[in-house]
Amino acid sequence: MAKVKGAVKINQERCKGCDLCVVACPVDVLMLQPKEVNDRGYHYAFAHNHEACIGCASCATVCPDGCIEVYRVTIK
Amino acid sequence: MTAEEIIKPENKVYAKPDLLNDNHMHYCPGCSHGVVHRLIAEIVEEMGIADKTIGIAPVGCAVFAYKYVDIDWIEAAHGRAPAIATAVKRLNPSRMVFTYQGDGDLAAIGTCETIHAANRGENIAIIFINNGIYGMTGGQMAPTTLEGMKTSTTPYGRRIDLNGYPLKISDLLVQLDGTCYVTRQAVHTPAAVRKTKAAIKQAFLNSMEGRGTSLVEIVSTCNSGWKMSPVESNKWMEENMFAKYPLGDLKNTVKK
Repeated sequence: MAKVKGAVKINQERCKGCDLCVVACPVDVLMLQPKEVNDRGYHYAFAHNHEACIGCASCATVCPDGCIEVYRVTIK
Repeated sequence: MTAEEIIKPENKVYAKPDLLNDNHMHYCPGCSHGVVHRLIAEIVEEMGIADKTIGIAPVGCAVFAYKYVDIDWIEAAHGRAPAIATAVKRLNPSRMVFTYQGDGDLAAIGTCETIHAANRGENIAIIFINNGIYGMTGGQMAPTTLEGMKTSTTPYGRRIDLNGYPLKISDLLVQLDGTCYVTRQAVHTPAAVRKTKAAIKQAFLNSMEGRGTSLVEIVSTCNSGWKMSPVESNKWMEENMFAKYPLGDLKNTVKK
């Protein structure tokens, strides 16, 4: 069976750390930086478990600031 | 396969639309306005009508919409967006004209303009962001504030005997013959965002084809005004707002 692998690219300077993408992700790929902040002082989102990503784009769909780009490949 | 190998232009499935500018939005973290702005940019881009679209921006948090979505905008006085949209659409019938308004703008000071524009059946689309509060001015009570909801002007909760009932403006507009499409949506989950996108697209098509007034109400959160985190306010909205403002199409005369 073909396997779907995904990846996300997050614009960390644009992210405001609202946590909505973290909640929307069905496979628990994202989390907010526990300590690091961006230039505006927000704890930005990052992929802590990139292996699990399926490229469903749920995170990008709910992101209020359009920070997330989603990529997907099908491995045959 | 590592993430770096997957992140290539040919594998891209989703990215911010080009019409949404790179400016940093002034909205609070988690604000629903950002999602709706992005949806408008996506739809205008998909329909290929960027040079034919004219938006009317409100007074409220979305007052700076012209900085974020790269189309033509006119800034209206508080609540008067449907009146300006009427003029723009009548003078330029080939253009897609929409207004973008909050509940303080559309349901309080602009009730008259909204109802009469809809009653005349102006061929405009109205995007109505309903978060039950005046967000920009500091979280005061709006006509759409729920019973018992605490705001800065109703610190003990909204009282019906003192402040009246929450105004369901979409249900009012359903009664008017001029409206062709009235729907109530939300943007709290991926599925809801997709439904809202389809609804806004339908409203824009109605404006282009001259079918009458379309209203897309989007039940939204104001996490700063409600004094909750974005995730908590989405949950609060599901539990409380949806009971008073149930989602779904209220009127659709286009689809037979």
